[in-house]
Amino acid sequence: MGIVSRGFRGRRREQDDRLPPGQYLVDDFPVLSAGPTPRVPLDRWEFAIDTEAEVTHRWSWPELMALAQTTPTVDLHCVTKWSKLDTSWQGVSLDTLFEDVETAAEYALVYSYGGYTTNLPLEDLLDGKAWIVHRYDGEELEPRHGGPARLLVPHLYLWKSAKWVRGIRLLDEDWPGFWETAGYHNYGDPWREQRYQGD
Amino acid sequence: MRWRTATLTGVREETPSARTLVFDVPDWPGHLAGQHVDVRLTADDGYTAQRSYSLAAATAFELTVERVPDGEVSPYLTEVIEPGDRVEIRGPVGGWFVWRPENKSPVLLVGGGSGIVPLMAMIRARRQAGSRAPFRLLYSLRDPLRRYYADELRQPDPGLDVAYLYTRAAPEGWARPPGRILLDDLAEGGWPADFEPDCYVCGPTGFVEAAADLLLALGHAPGRIRTERFGPT
Repeated sequence: MGIVSRGFRGRRREQDDRLPPGQYLVDDFPVLSAGPTPRVPLDRWEFAIDTEAEVTHRWSWPELMALAQTTPTVDLHCVTKWSKLDTSWQGVSLDTLFEDVETAAEYALVYSYGGYTTNLPLEDLLDGKAWIVHRYDGEELEPRHGGPARLLVPHLYLWKSAKWVRGIRLLDEDWPGFWETAGYHNYGDPWREQRYQGD
Repeated sequence: MRWRTATLTGVREETPSARTLVFDVPDWPGHLAGQHVDVRLTADDGYTAQRSYSLAAATAFELTVERVPDGEVSPYLTEVIEPGDRVEIRGPVGGWFVWRPENKSPVLLVGGGSGIVPLMAMIRARRQAGSRAPFRLLYSLRDPLRRYYADELRQPDPGLDVAYLYTRAAPEGWARPPGRILLDDLAEGGWPADFEPDCYVCGPTGFVEAAADLLLALGHAPGRIRTERFGPT
């Protein structure tokens, strides 16, 4: 047990086994990003997967909409300590997008409109663990929450769920992204409280 | 990153709902202006709660905390803790929303409410380093009673211009009518985009979204606009 802060009792309404260590529950949906919110017109929007063999697979907005849609309900955990349970989304599983992608790469670097990047092992994007989502709570995804489309990888801290997602580059070697080079943990598992480098 | 024990040594009241806490942290490695720390409170039965707070000073370990109604940690830090009491902290955290004294570019600081805190750290770091980088601060706040660091910001600080943007109630005779931040505020109180200033925008989400969009509209490059948003804690 850590140092006791005299007189601290806490609110204790957050005893929930779905809450990772150090997190607290919120009911609203806070926004965090490092710069201005990019606005991406749908007729110019595209999503790409670039393989380590320099093969690029592309989807336009209508092509993304034509793919099988799923509606995941997931818990979100932000490294800034808030968690939000049972959020409902609509989008396309990355398993669907990877169906025709041939790769032996182990790592992925996700990149966004506006220049944001984040990295993760490719296996964390597959087998039903990640989606490209474009609707939240029954509505079109607002730009400030990452619209028109964002990555959703809810088993990692939310900075891995890149807003305004533009593509995924597959790599043989790990390539740290924006926050990962600014002192945050390379992997970011909320259940192991991997917030910062060295955690 | 390890947890350290921080002992409260002093308190300064900033507003009726905010105060600055000065801590003694042995072996604090130092920080950059704009960085934040995690604070962990532990109750005597082991229950813990953590939150993040921006560092307010250039070198000393100071936090300015606004009491959030129905909050869990901020009521303790603004109403209960007394000199001699201890909390745990770790950090510093964040390598993006920071100002470094070697940076000579003009700087525009745009703060909303308690979003002033990391910007004040930058103003203090500039003064402490003897930097001549020109700074402008646009500080949006509800009314004059909500002003943090009022005495310090009143002192002349060559190269720093400060403008207050009151949203609900301004002092008597104030030229600007109370209201939210507008394009003209940033056009008049900021820097022309062709000066290529580094812009730091911090505050509640709606404020940051609005101010960052206005800076884009004025022609500032997205890569020069750094934002930090405060969620409810």
